[in-house]
Amino acid sequence: MVATTPAKKEAKVDKRFKVIDVTLKRHNGNPEGLIEVLHKAQESFGYLEEDVLTYIARGLKLPLSQVYGVATFYHLFSLKPGGVHTCIVCMGTACYVKGAGKIIANLEEKLGVKVGETSADGQVSLLSARCIGACGIAPAVVFDGTVAGKLDPQSTWAKIEELKGE
Amino acid sequence: MDLTKLQAIAEQEKQRQKEIRLHCCTSTGCQAAESLQVKDNLKKAIEKKGLGDRAEVIGVGCMGFCGRGPLVQVEPQRKLYEEVTPADAESIIDALAGGTATAVEGDPDHPFFARQMRIVRQHSGEIDPERIEEYIAVGGYQALYKALYEMTPATVVEEITKSGLRGRGGGGYPTGLKWATVAKMPGNQKYIICNADEGDPGAFMDRSVLESDPHLVLEGMAIAGYAVGANHGYIYVRAEYPLAIKRLQRAIQQAKQNGVLGAQIFESPFDFKIDIRIGAGAFVCGEETALIHSIEGGRGNPRPRPPYPAQTGLRGCPTLINNVESFANIKAIITKGADWYASIGTDNSKGTKIFALTGKIQNNGLIEVPMGITLREIVIEMGGGVPDGEVKAVQTGGPSGGCIPASLLDTPVDYDSLIKIGSMMGSGGMVVMDQDTSMVEVAQFYMEFCREETCGKCIPCRTGTVQLHNLLTKLLDKRATTQDLELMESLCQMVKETSLCGLGQTAPNPVLSTWRYFREEYLALIK
Repeated sequence: MVATTPAKKEAKVDKRFKVIDVTLKRHNGNPEGLIEVLHKAQESFGYLEEDVLTYIARGLKLPLSQVYGVATFYHLFSLKPGGVHTCIVCMGTACYVKGAGKIIANLEEKLGVKVGETSADGQVSLLSARCIGACGIAPAVVFDGTVAGKLDPQSTWAKIEELKGE
Repeated sequence: MDLTKLQAIAEQEKQRQKEIRLHCCTSTGCQAAESLQVKDNLKKAIEKKGLGDRAEVIGVGCMGFCGRGPLVQVEPQRKLYEEVTPADAESIIDALAGGTATAVEGDPDHPFFARQMRIVRQHSGEIDPERIEEYIAVGGYQALYKALYEMTPATVVEEITKSGLRGRGGGGYPTGLKWATVAKMPGNQKYIICNADEGDPGAFMDRSVLESDPHLVLEGMAIAGYAVGANHGYIYVRAEYPLAIKRLQRAIQQAKQNGVLGAQIFESPFDFKIDIRIGAGAFVCGEETALIHSIEGGRGNPRPRPPYPAQTGLRGCPTLINNVESFANIKAIITKGADWYASIGTDNSKGTKIFALTGKIQNNGLIEVPMGITLREIVIEMGGGVPDGEVKAVQTGGPSGGCIPASLLDTPVDYDSLIKIGSMMGSGGMVVMDQDTSMVEVAQFYMEFCREETCGKCIPCRTGTVQLHNLLTKLLDKRATTQDLELMESLCQMVKETSLCGLGQTAPNPVLSTWRYFREEYLALIK
């Protein structure tokens, strides 16, 4: 069934779909490539909107329910847009024992959000990770993809201020 | 590629290497502390002082002392500098010619280093993980050559069996037995999978091996492929480890270019290719059947076993799944022989194990020690104990393990002893806790982890973890009665006995072990 759907029409104009197309081609439409295609889609769109999921489902000839099922199963896929900056607080055991909980509590209070949400000004998404494997420098936080270690509530907040100021 | 060529590459690399080598750690932990900047500044300083023909800077993998990073080690002088800042770089180069360095000098003979026995991590922190030549120069890929030309697949399996190696992912299943099962299966298509989905919070040894010595794992996988008759391997890595993924991709590419992976390796009839699959953040994907579903592009739900993946695995074909550290041991066993390997460790646990020593401890980092060493030796002698405090408990095995009280610190660390005292080896995370840590809160922390990470396929795990978490929260809010404690205990047993996979079966362990050893803390919270 090759009807022109909004997503399809959009695909002609939206370059971001090209990235998905390339990955789909590489997997030759094989459903085994689903997770990799979702990774690429999230990289290029920032999050997985419904149009994108529909587009991928069609590309891999899978029911949308299955694509949605996989996208919601894994923590890394987000179906909602995130903030300009991300701040991922590691909550592994070593970080927890060394006070990562206090860092989170302080950020929640100062940003006025709960973990997993984005601040009202759309600037910062506060997330937590289960262990980023940087236990040697616990507590660790990832700011926009860069790991920083040996933090406390004050130094973490200072880094956030720094991000916002850029 | 043949043996003479391999040796020629090794020889050429040794000729190329300068007499003074400065090893600068570029693993994730040290990179977070500006180690790349340190490396660049060291390079600039060498050029500035005109030492370019005598000294070189190597970006190496993890040296183990992560808590004191970034580390710089000067060879052959054996000088170690800790917590090096980019500003220290120039003085370190001055020190080569008799000046004094501003960086803190470490002691390479500190018990933290001296008590180790490095088999898997032998070359971690000594070679550049991004250059295959350095790996070949320290004898890399010779074990693969030996297996292909001096051994039959059956003798390789036999060697691994004799070595007594057990699964380093934590379960401790005899590796040789697993290999033999896959080797015996009929069919032309078999697969090798390397499980690098290191989800246990507090464990980072697999990440470190992949970042520091990726070829070691590739070589182990290729030998496994030859032994069981598989020509295709997958490495399933967590997406949380971008640096490990990057270095693996590079290593695979270089191995292909040098003819040690791909078609007709070393001109033999043996083909072996390796692909990387990246996870997407699910703890349960470390369970082998869930991992297979994830590679196939689906949700990571486990399925009942048997049939084990060795019989019916990826795409329905016989599949060998081993952990990163298990594969990383293979080269040494093939090179030095099973008898040598079996002489290390205890009766039922052979060889060495890498532990990630973290938490409230003086010396944070990775250690590789022979099995059978006591917890006291690890925590007190090597780890330096708790800074200003007492060791209250040591948590091993992550969410599947348990908390070991200080009174049991003389327990030898091996698979069976740890299970006997209600914990388990797990992947090798070791988190030290001091007197300020509430054990009930720790149990709640792990239960919350399992509640979040359960895949929801089987009811005991899906609802049991939620109810256990509720009970622990109730207890911490001082709303619980003794009846709740009884309920908690019976619920733990139920979840343990009736869950579908390892996640649920071991989820109650942190609760049960803290209940067993720190009962007074639970009782103190009753209203």
